[in-house]
Amino acid sequence: MSYFWDRRDEILAYTAQHLVLVLAATVIAVAIGVPAGVLLTRRPSLARPILGFAEVVQTIPSLALFGFLIPLPLIGGIGTSTAIVALIVYALLPILRNTHAGLASVDPAIVEAATGLGMTDRQRLWWVELPLALPVILAGVRIATVWSIGLATIAAAIGAGGLGVLIYRGIAIVDNRLILSGAVPAACLALAADGLFSLLERRWSRRVTRERA
Amino acid sequence: MTAPAIEFIDVRKSYQAERPALDGLTLSVGAAEAVALVGPSGCGKTTALKLVNRLLEPDSGKVLVGGRDVANVEPVALRRQIGYVIQEGGLFPHWDVAENVETVPRLLRWDEARRRRRAEEVLSMVQLPLSEFGRRRPRELSGGQRQRVGVARALAADPPIVLMDEPFGALDPIARRALQQEFLAWRGQLAKAVLLVTHDLAEAFLLADRVAVMDRGRIRQVGTRAEIAANPADDFVKEFLSGATS
Repeated sequence: MSYFWDRRDEILAYTAQHLVLVLAATVIAVAIGVPAGVLLTRRPSLARPILGFAEVVQTIPSLALFGFLIPLPLIGGIGTSTAIVALIVYALLPILRNTHAGLASVDPAIVEAATGLGMTDRQRLWWVELPLALPVILAGVRIATVWSIGLATIAAAIGAGGLGVLIYRGIAIVDNRLILSGAVPAACLALAADGLFSLLERRWSRRVTRERA
Repeated sequence: MTAPAIEFIDVRKSYQAERPALDGLTLSVGAAEAVALVGPSGCGKTTALKLVNRLLEPDSGKVLVGGRDVANVEPVALRRQIGYVIQEGGLFPHWDVAENVETVPRLLRWDEARRRRRAEEVLSMVQLPLSEFGRRRPRELSGGQRQRVGVARALAADPPIVLMDEPFGALDPIARRALQQEFLAWRGQLAKAVLLVTHDLAEAFLLADRVAVMDRGRIRQVGTRAEIAANPADDFVKEFLSGATS
């Protein structure tokens, strides 16, 4: 235990770096994925091919994706920005898919009531559809965040920093304690993120369920 | 003579080529009149209703509201002038009762005090005092209460026309009876044109001034209860009548 305590500054610094990677990627993935998911519900013919393509991208092994990105101009190279791009790519699918599914799951009678009362498309989206789809969208963001926390450890391989640095270093010098000093905080972050989003989801879905409690 | 509130002129509409949902519908609803469209499911009654607020568009023929062809009225503006009640209320589950009722006034940018005053008025009209029910969410209400909120929401902006699609269809007989009585009470106070869709002929006779019996996209007979009962136009109406009285 004193081993970890003595390295607390280093571990905290890498944890902070890790969080920055994950937060940046998740925020950008939400900013792209939610509007894209909305668009897919408005253009149903696009939904199948685009969701299918996103599923395929998802199957690319993460280490390979980091490798692919390195030679690309602008977004590629060694370092943090490349890692964030890769994390966005992975975070996008659950957010896109859940936004689409969440909006599709809103009771059509309620959507029709909103239209029939004279809401514009935009009002209906912001006032009715997005709030009602929010628990499902949040579940997508939760999955994306938890994945990103795990994947970001691999991003250390392309020099992005984060808790992966400790893990790689531990592997290199065959030191289990060093590996754990990266792996345990990463696992804790993932659990904390999962718990936080689950709580938000439950709170909100209690608000919006139709049935009597 | 003033123009009727709603007028259908030889309206046709089909979803699939072979069987039209509406096959030449002509009907008018007077400015303070309640007309019920009644018939078996699939007879086109709900289709007719949705043509009025342009949730659907006719293939041919015209629908006039207040003398104007709805095809020339911007749908969003049109809908804000027409009350709309649907089965089970169609309330927004994430909004409380007051917010639901104030939907259209908010769309029309009424100020808060005016919205609140109006919500109080219409909610007391449906026996749900704002002070007691305003902050409740739809899931905390019974089916009958939800449906009342749906009616209050439709009346909130004081529209000259109210469309009601099976408004009391999902309720148990006791709640249904109570809501029917309330309907008659506010109908007596407010001079509104009401177009009501129901599959229940007894309810149609009770609530409406005139009843249009529909089958397969056509009107078989239009008239008051007495007119239809005394002189059913054909076997279909006769059969429908005998089913309703049992």
